[in-house]
Amino acid sequence: MIEQEQTIEMISVEDLINKVHSFHDEGFRLVHICCSREGDGFELTYSFDKDLVMSHLRIPADQNTPVPSISRIYLASFVYENEIADLYGIPFAGIAVDYKGTFIRTSVPHPFGTPQIEVVKRRPDETGGKA
Amino acid sequence: MAITVLKNLVKGPDTIRYPSQPAKVTEATRGHLVNRIEDCTFCSLCQMHCPADAIKVSRPDRTWTLNQFQCVICGCCVSYCPKDCLLIEQTYLPPTTEEITVTLKGPDEEKPEEQGSGGTRG
Amino acid sequence: MSRQIIVPFGPQHPVLPEPIHLDLVLEDERVVEAIPSIGYIHRGLEKLVEKRDFRDYVFISERICGICSFIHGATYCQGVEKIMGVEIPRRAEFLRAIWSEHSRMHSHLLWLGCFADSMGYENLFMNCWKVREKILDVMERTTGGRIIQGVNRVGGVSKDIDAEELKRIASGIPELRADFTELTRIFDEDLTVQTRTKGIGMLPRDKAWDLGAVGPVLRGSGHAVDTRCTGYGAYDELDFKPVVRNESDCYARCMVRAEELFTSLDLVEKAIDRIPAGDILTKVRGNPTGEFHARAEQPRGEVIHYVKANGKKNLVRHRVRTPTLANVPPLVHMLAGCELADVPVIVLTIDPCIGCMER
Repeated sequence: MIEQEQTIEMISVEDLINKVHSFHDEGFRLVHICCSREGDGFELTYSFDKDLVMSHLRIPADQNTPVPSISRIYLASFVYENEIADLYGIPFAGIAVDYKGTFIRTSVPHPFGTPQIEVVKRRPDETGGKA
Repeated sequence: MAITVLKNLVKGPDTIRYPSQPAKVTEATRGHLVNRIEDCTFCSLCQMHCPADAIKVSRPDRTWTLNQFQCVICGCCVSYCPKDCLLIEQTYLPPTTEEITVTLKGPDEEKPEEQGSGGTRG
Repeated sequence: MSRQIIVPFGPQHPVLPEPIHLDLVLEDERVVEAIPSIGYIHRGLEKLVEKRDFRDYVFISERICGICSFIHGATYCQGVEKIMGVEIPRRAEFLRAIWSEHSRMHSHLLWLGCFADSMGYENLFMNCWKVREKILDVMERTTGGRIIQGVNRVGGVSKDIDAEELKRIASGIPELRADFTELTRIFDEDLTVQTRTKGIGMLPRDKAWDLGAVGPVLRGSGHAVDTRCTGYGAYDELDFKPVVRNESDCYARCMVRAEELFTSLDLVEKAIDRIPAGDILTKVRGNPTGEFHARAEQPRGEVIHYVKANGKKNLVRHRVRTPTLANVPPLVHMLAGCELADVPVIVLTIDPCIGCMER
């Protein structure tokens, strides 16, 4: 079995574009961009793959600072960046195809970005909002 | 493709006319959940571990309630039950027009000879 | 002078198994660009992981999708077992491989039927699904469920297949092989299939890599990339070669999936031959800590389950990157420049499983 050495490199937001450029020049393919909660803020993990070995880059993020988009280098990233912007509320600057919040339409804006959502079960004949 | 078509014309249909004919079941088929209420101790482990929140257990009232529309017949409660009183039967339930909740009442703790199990549909 | 009009495709369309919306910008029957729009069946399953015990979550992760359900459950278990440091018994890995390959065969047959239906060839659609019933019978006899199996657990599998049943599966393989040969011959030689698929939906080799395509979409454009080659589970002992085609059109992707049926049958035969005796489930104690990206090969491509835990019984994050989400940019690229009548064929050629894509 090819032992998966999954190296995760923490970098700063300014180095992101340069590192992604070097991955692109070496022939890596973008696998996905994942967002998860870390303490009070969030962190974004970019995963790349070549010859079945994955490597990851990680940057800290929050809901106020825009993250530079890598869709100029990897066009396929517009799907992941729009999804993170809709579900978590982290803004991205300069996505090639920007849906501006309508990629995944939810009744609660940024559902994963808030710590706890209250769900109110209602019958179909009742009207009214959901918390 | 023409040979396949001619073979199908001669052989007849491959489908079963369910529900007028019974469905195909095997020994392991997961149809619906039942509870042997006489052995149940109302420990609520099934309620805690149900992924679909379909079971409600009330220890003081000695009742066990199952929302059959919510149940996805995954078998999680069966693997956690310490008394092995939960079982999955093989037949599928017929389609209905309203939600079915099955409530089973178990025997009281102090008088074990009084069997009070009954089923109500609500 | 040609006018541009916008035609909405989906979410309800006879050819789509699941709802996706595409806005097609047309100039006189030729598509200029396509804008996808998703979110019709978003259930928020990734948020539910914070409320359920990680052992019970296996049942939910299997229900992300109805067609590729077994491999979702198996990959989630792989991820959690890796971060807890649990070694599952070898027999459980072989059983998971046998069920995964059956799941792959039933999904490819389902797709072949829907693909024939999208071209209007309903007779072939019914015949493909008739062969699929034989595989679903095997699944039901051994696990209890045709579509959702429910046998994966963290630490192994919960049901065993005894020697008599294994012999019964092995004796049914030659008949399945004859059925698959006949179906592949029809897809290969039939004039209807050829005129509707050859030269349509071209995805050149470098564009496929750049846009992040996975699965048969990538292998139909000449790249031999298959996640089973990393050797997870029992695949390090079962050797096989990925199926590759170079034509990069809809016909190539169709033939890749048809030939993968035979690869799966060979893998099932080898697994039944080499399966060792032993336990099927190890007891797992404690709570997980750490993070890991678990990868597996689904019928549609490479699926990634990222699990992150911090010692409690609920996971912090469970992210599923399904192959259909990665194949949306190649779809947008393929639709530019095609005719309106070819849109259903091209949308189906990436094997859209929108239920997985939107969790």
